[in-house]
Amino acid sequence: MLKRVVWAAAALLAASAALAQEEGPQLLHAGNDINNIDSLQRGARDFMNYCSGCHSLKYLRYNRMAKDLKIPEAELKANLMFNTEKVFDGINSSMPADSEKWFGKQPPDLSLIARSKSPDYIYSFLHGFYADPTRLWGVNNLYLPNAAMPHVLAPLQGLQKPVFSNEPDAQGSAKMVLAGVELMTPGQLKPEEYDAFVRDITNFLDYAGEPVKAKRESMGVFVTLFLLVFFAFAYLLKKEYWKDVH
Amino acid sequence: MAATSDSAGAPQTTGLIGWIDARFPLTKLWREQVSEYYAPKNFNFWYYFGSLALLVLVNQLVTGIFLTMNYKPSASEAFSSVEYIMRDVDWGWLIRYMHSTGASAFFIVVYLHMFRALIYGSHRKPRELLWIFGCIIFLLLMAEAFMGYVLPWGNMSFWGAQVIVSLFGSLPVIGHGLVEWIRGDYVIADATLNRFFALHVVALPLALVFLVGAHLMALHEVGSNNPDGIEIKKLKDAKGHPLDGIPFHPYYTVKDVVGVAGFLLLFCGVIFFAPTFGGVFLESPNFEPANPLQTPPHIAPVWYFTPFYAMLRAVPSFAGTQVWGVMVMGAAIVVLFFLPWLDRAPVKSIRYRGPVFKIAVGIFVVAFLTLGVCGLKPPSGIYPTLAKYCTVLYFAFFLLMPWYSRLDSHKTVPERVTGHA
Repeated sequence: MLKRVVWAAAALLAASAALAQEEGPQLLHAGNDINNIDSLQRGARDFMNYCSGCHSLKYLRYNRMAKDLKIPEAELKANLMFNTEKVFDGINSSMPADSEKWFGKQPPDLSLIARSKSPDYIYSFLHGFYADPTRLWGVNNLYLPNAAMPHVLAPLQGLQKPVFSNEPDAQGSAKMVLAGVELMTPGQLKPEEYDAFVRDITNFLDYAGEPVKAKRESMGVFVTLFLLVFFAFAYLLKKEYWKDVH
Repeated sequence: MAATSDSAGAPQTTGLIGWIDARFPLTKLWREQVSEYYAPKNFNFWYYFGSLALLVLVNQLVTGIFLTMNYKPSASEAFSSVEYIMRDVDWGWLIRYMHSTGASAFFIVVYLHMFRALIYGSHRKPRELLWIFGCIIFLLLMAEAFMGYVLPWGNMSFWGAQVIVSLFGSLPVIGHGLVEWIRGDYVIADATLNRFFALHVVALPLALVFLVGAHLMALHEVGSNNPDGIEIKKLKDAKGHPLDGIPFHPYYTVKDVVGVAGFLLLFCGVIFFAPTFGGVFLESPNFEPANPLQTPPHIAPVWYFTPFYAMLRAVPSFAGTQVWGVMVMGAAIVVLFFLPWLDRAPVKSIRYRGPVFKIAVGIFVVAFLTLGVCGLKPPSGIYPTLAKYCTVLYFAFFLLMPWYSRLDSHKTVPERVTGHA
């Protein structure tokens, strides 16, 4: 009886978790792999070239990144460090302190963006820009309405236009709803090339959010195996001692 | 341990142990509390959670000490110092995850430990004080966890503290001054963080360790209950040992090691593969620094507080004040203290109790878990209504217990315990 009730409660919890839908459009699946060093290296390169002008990664040190991503120090200094930092400094942006005047908001530090949002969010956001002449920079974003950021990657992706659909609202009258985006003018990259490009940056930011993640997961396998063996011996020891309890 | 017995049966130790025993009751304590503490031989799965709670307490103390070595309790440095621990301190990430996962694990084992006491009647005479010590530990643990959650100074730390501390503001007359006194400022700020740090790392752990000691002393004074709810001290052999008892060491020490191994498998699974547990153990907004100008879209306390938080929200404001919700939430904890006297059944264990109690416990479990879910969700849709009904069920379980526990049927309790695990 009690067990059945507990199972029913567990099922209820699971069902409510499944029903938990976040608002806003469904995020795209990033499908990045933090064990893919090549992808992380490309992501680091592209981040430095396209993002670090405005966005810092202040909690990630240049030399930590170089070590984890197997980038030689000479190459790091020559190709990935643009300012006058030392290798042990955190990754800086070139933004002056009053950049708020330019965008209405300081470009945020992205050290933890993959953790406070999610890799899927980053991947979606970089796919979500569409032309919107009412905005300061001529673009809006499907995943972050009224985003202050210009579409820095437009030369690569091209420009997308919004797609609207008519959906009945609560009162039953038709209402224009932003349903998605579609490519209007192509950029230098084909769509699948752009996907891969964004996936690399997403992967790099996923790494930057928790540099130890790959090591943590690989260690976890050994810890689990050890504990399974420990569990077996502990169980046998218990059985041996309990033989004489009747 | 080198020990021989003299004619009176008292231990006669030699060597270093003998030297110590002549000056400090080392062997006496070991024998009384461990090697000759007779525990019922029929403990089942539910009895692992006491020793596991002790393990998690030690984990929290030890990892906490190491975190303190690198953490900076200041509003301008706290968030960065946590990232410093995560990235630059050797094994800092592991220590931090052990501590953050340990907080959730603590509540899981303590909730299960309390549930075991509830179903086997471990709170009944002569263990009322043991139960009350446990309730105080639970209360202190909630305060400890709440203050610990503020320390990383993430945005959810800040807003969680904002919401919970301002609850005290609804108290009549003293409310406003009390909130200011708790915060040490007009808003949650550096002063608040600093004093929460002091309470989290010194005052509350000290009180917790002291109370856990008292909890164990009370337990060893009255003896452990068991799944049959039988007092094993009633039937003793010629030597005066309970017939159904076995020495805690080595039998339960080796058995608890199995429990520890099983627990660590789950615990390390979370630490190494899912340290945020999908945003439940570590919430996503807490990876953004505290920002008084930006409220997270949905403020929810950490999962272990959500049943009580749901009760708070379930009570509507009345006569222009929210104080009723705060009182209901407080009452939900206070009512636990009275459990030993609310239960009037002639038998302790659920094994020998009638269908009414079994159904009541089932409803209680469902209501409590549902409240937990409601507290995690934004207060819209069906959740507020659901929370209201479940709050009523939660209190009905306790407040109607004097009647339904007496009216319920019960089976005859055997003389001896039934089987062992």
